[in-house]
Amino acid sequence: MSALSIRNVWIEYGSQVVLERVNLEIDAGAFIAIVGPSGCGKTSFLRLLLGQERPARGSILLDGKPMPDEPGPDRGVVFQRYSVFPHLTVLGNVLLGPELQSSPLLGRSFGRRRRALVERAHALLSEVGLGDSLHKYPAQLSGGMQQRLALAQALIRQPRVLLLDEPFGALDPGIRGEIHVLMRKLWKETGVTIVMVTHDLREAFLLGTRVVVFDRLRKLPTEAQRYGATISQNIAVHRRHVPGPGDDGIAANDSDRDDPIAVETPGRDDPTPTH
Amino acid sequence: MRRVMNMQPGRARWLLALLPFALIVMVYVVGSAQRRAENPSDKVLPPFGEMSSAIHRVAFEEDKRTGEYLFWSDTGASLERLAIGLSIATALALVLGLLIGLLPIGNAMFAPMTAVMSMIPPMAILPILFIVFGLGELSKVVLIIVGVAPCLMRDLVFTVGSLPREQLVKAQSLGASTWQVLIRVALPQALPRLIASLRLALGPAFLFLISAEAISADSGLGYRIFLLRRYLAMDTILPYVAWITLLAFLMDLALAQLSRRAFPWAHGAEPKA
Repeated sequence: MSALSIRNVWIEYGSQVVLERVNLEIDAGAFIAIVGPSGCGKTSFLRLLLGQERPARGSILLDGKPMPDEPGPDRGVVFQRYSVFPHLTVLGNVLLGPELQSSPLLGRSFGRRRRALVERAHALLSEVGLGDSLHKYPAQLSGGMQQRLALAQALIRQPRVLLLDEPFGALDPGIRGEIHVLMRKLWKETGVTIVMVTHDLREAFLLGTRVVVFDRLRKLPTEAQRYGATISQNIAVHRRHVPGPGDDGIAANDSDRDDPIAVETPGRDDPTPTH
Repeated sequence: MRRVMNMQPGRARWLLALLPFALIVMVYVVGSAQRRAENPSDKVLPPFGEMSSAIHRVAFEEDKRTGEYLFWSDTGASLERLAIGLSIATALALVLGLLIGLLPIGNAMFAPMTAVMSMIPPMAILPILFIVFGLGELSKVVLIIVGVAPCLMRDLVFTVGSLPREQLVKAQSLGASTWQVLIRVALPQALPRLIASLRLALGPAFLFLISAEAISADSGLGYRIFLLRRYLAMDTILPYVAWITLLAFLMDLALAQLSRRAFPWAHGAEPKA
């Protein structure tokens, strides 16, 4: 069954049509990369999936039921910026989701329950390479580290769908490569369905199982107002897998999800190991 | 030779800081001595010796009429009014500021009203306060609240309103209710800013306190100054002014320290592990 089905969705701002006739079925566990020229409504589409925006026409189903029209814990999100809370430490940021869940009134947990949550958060943070930075504030982390933190923060609530809005767009190329490896690893381990907006084609084909292209089909200036962008291509990504010594071990048990470029080695954005 | 704009004070910083103070004291001493030389009973610029004996009289000797140590009872009365006024103003500003800043409905309902209310000159309604609340403590406290709360609140509305939209969406995607966003996202990020604007509000708060005391009171620092003015008692008025200044300065310092301790993230400092 589809995790998300988008049926004939239109987005309009006043008389301006931004997106039209968008139909998309997203399988559970898929990694959808959305690309397209700027201003083609990629981000509007993601805001729609978040529930920040409502479709002018059409409907969106999440696991077969109409999707709530406000953000909720079934849809996690990582933005390019402002995804983590500056007033909470690394640990506090990851604890926030579970704490909100366990205590509706105070949004905080104490004692044994808190220790259990901390343990879970610590394990996840170690996995994303932040195990040594638990008590730092986001401002003390590099951009790449902040995005790792944002991923951990979103994933600990175990959302059905993870929405990524150009999450790695502001990072240096080297750091981006490292975080791609992490992203693939987390995606395989959690089995979460991912929808990622990016303007980096290489990234889209590297990470995605499908690459969805949004574009305006009518390009005359006189038609810009009344004709929006729509899905112009929906490409399934098949990866060739060549077993060999360079294999990173993750891809070995899943031949069509091989990752030919990214290699998992400690990079300069990784915390220096402390002994 | 470097440009002046690139010169750093270095170790001479303290010396440079003290210099203007020393200059003021020197000018005063010379002026005082000169006036005394011309007129031995001059009261306008009393020498430091007279000031210290005047303070000794009010601070360490019982007042013959009331049996109180005037200096300390005045200080107590003023600080009490200030503390009550500022606490209520802060609480009010916090509640309204968060409601208006975070909730579109709260904004629609209260923002226009508070925008109008904050333009009322507080001193203009002082007579109304005296009529409505009487001449007692209440009207003085209310004046401080009316004078200080609007500024605190508007600053808070601005702070909460300028939280990145992404943060609010992110919190909701972690399952936060409106209440939880309020107490776990908006409030903690508003508090350092609230303390900063409270520091700025200390000046106006003292202004309103002393104005109210000057007009109607039976104790308080402002009351004493305005009472002693009739006797030209500069030997007591000047130390009182210095004392009020010192109190305000210490409060400002304490608030700055509090903010730095409680919200290290807002000051770019290393937290305690």
